[in-house]
Amino acid sequence: MDVAVFIVSAVVVLSGAVGVLLARNPVHAALFLVETLFGVAVLFVLLDATFLAAVQVVVYAGAIVILFLFVIMLLGVDRAEDLGVEPIAGQRPLAVVIGASMLGLVLTSLIIAVDGPTGADGSTAPLGDAADNTRLLGESLFTDHVFAVELTALLLTVAVVGAVILSRRPTGPLQPLPVADVPTPTATDGPEDAGTGDEPSAGGEGEA
Amino acid sequence: MEVTTTWYLVLGAVLFTLGAIGLLTRRNPLVMFMCVELMLNAVTLTFVSLGAELGDLGGQLSVFFVLVVAAAEVVVGLAVIVAIMRRRPGATADDLSVLGG
Repeated sequence: MDVAVFIVSAVVVLSGAVGVLLARNPVHAALFLVETLFGVAVLFVLLDATFLAAVQVVVYAGAIVILFLFVIMLLGVDRAEDLGVEPIAGQRPLAVVIGASMLGLVLTSLIIAVDGPTGADGSTAPLGDAADNTRLLGESLFTDHVFAVELTALLLTVAVVGAVILSRRPTGPLQPLPVADVPTPTATDGPEDAGTGDEPSAGGEGEA
Repeated sequence: MEVTTTWYLVLGAVLFTLGAIGLLTRRNPLVMFMCVELMLNAVTLTFVSLGAELGDLGGQLSVFFVLVVAAAEVVVGLAVIVAIMRRRPGATADDLSVLGG
């Protein structure tokens, strides 16, 4: 039974990952990412990490991917990307070679060298069964790791403040960006749009 | 036949490799971000499976913090992408070579 669940989840995970790689439309890539995340959540359940499985679905699929989709829709980049263009010569074969060699190294150390993972039993906290998982995690987080939990609160606050500041529209006239050498119409349209879009706001401020 | 920890580790390695290849080949910054998420998921899977192997809760605790950091990273990264796209619609990662001066 476990073997069947693992194989089905692994197929779901890997097909989703390949879909993210090959999808031409960013919206499709985001949906393939959801597929992968759900597969990983099933594997978490198989590993008795029930709390993390729930968090995986709620936070990743429910929040992060929705944020991705919001940004895709906001920017209007949900057009199909032309994957036939290879801007840097030899980029894709080189990437595949790098990836394959990395995988080869990891698998060599994993399977051939030591025949599976080794190591002493951990001593952070005992790993209970699936029913106790959430209670044990909570106890450990809010006793032994309470300082780290407080730091994550600070980190999230800083991230939110940073996102708000970064996504504000700047006031005052913008200097036009230097035009890149890429001969696409979008690259040359960009600075002009930014320039014309800013003048009304600057004029409005002068009147006020 | 039984599902051993090695199976999970191999799956995590393959998933990480796919994410890395996507990060190196795709040009759309949003899709590159999704590939980073794939790599993060591969690592969390490895953490949880090794935690189960060694009977330790530390693996799941690490994944909890990885999740928080990933959420913060996505928020800031998407804000940067929005700021760039507003100035230069349709920008790809290659267009940002002008940052080199």
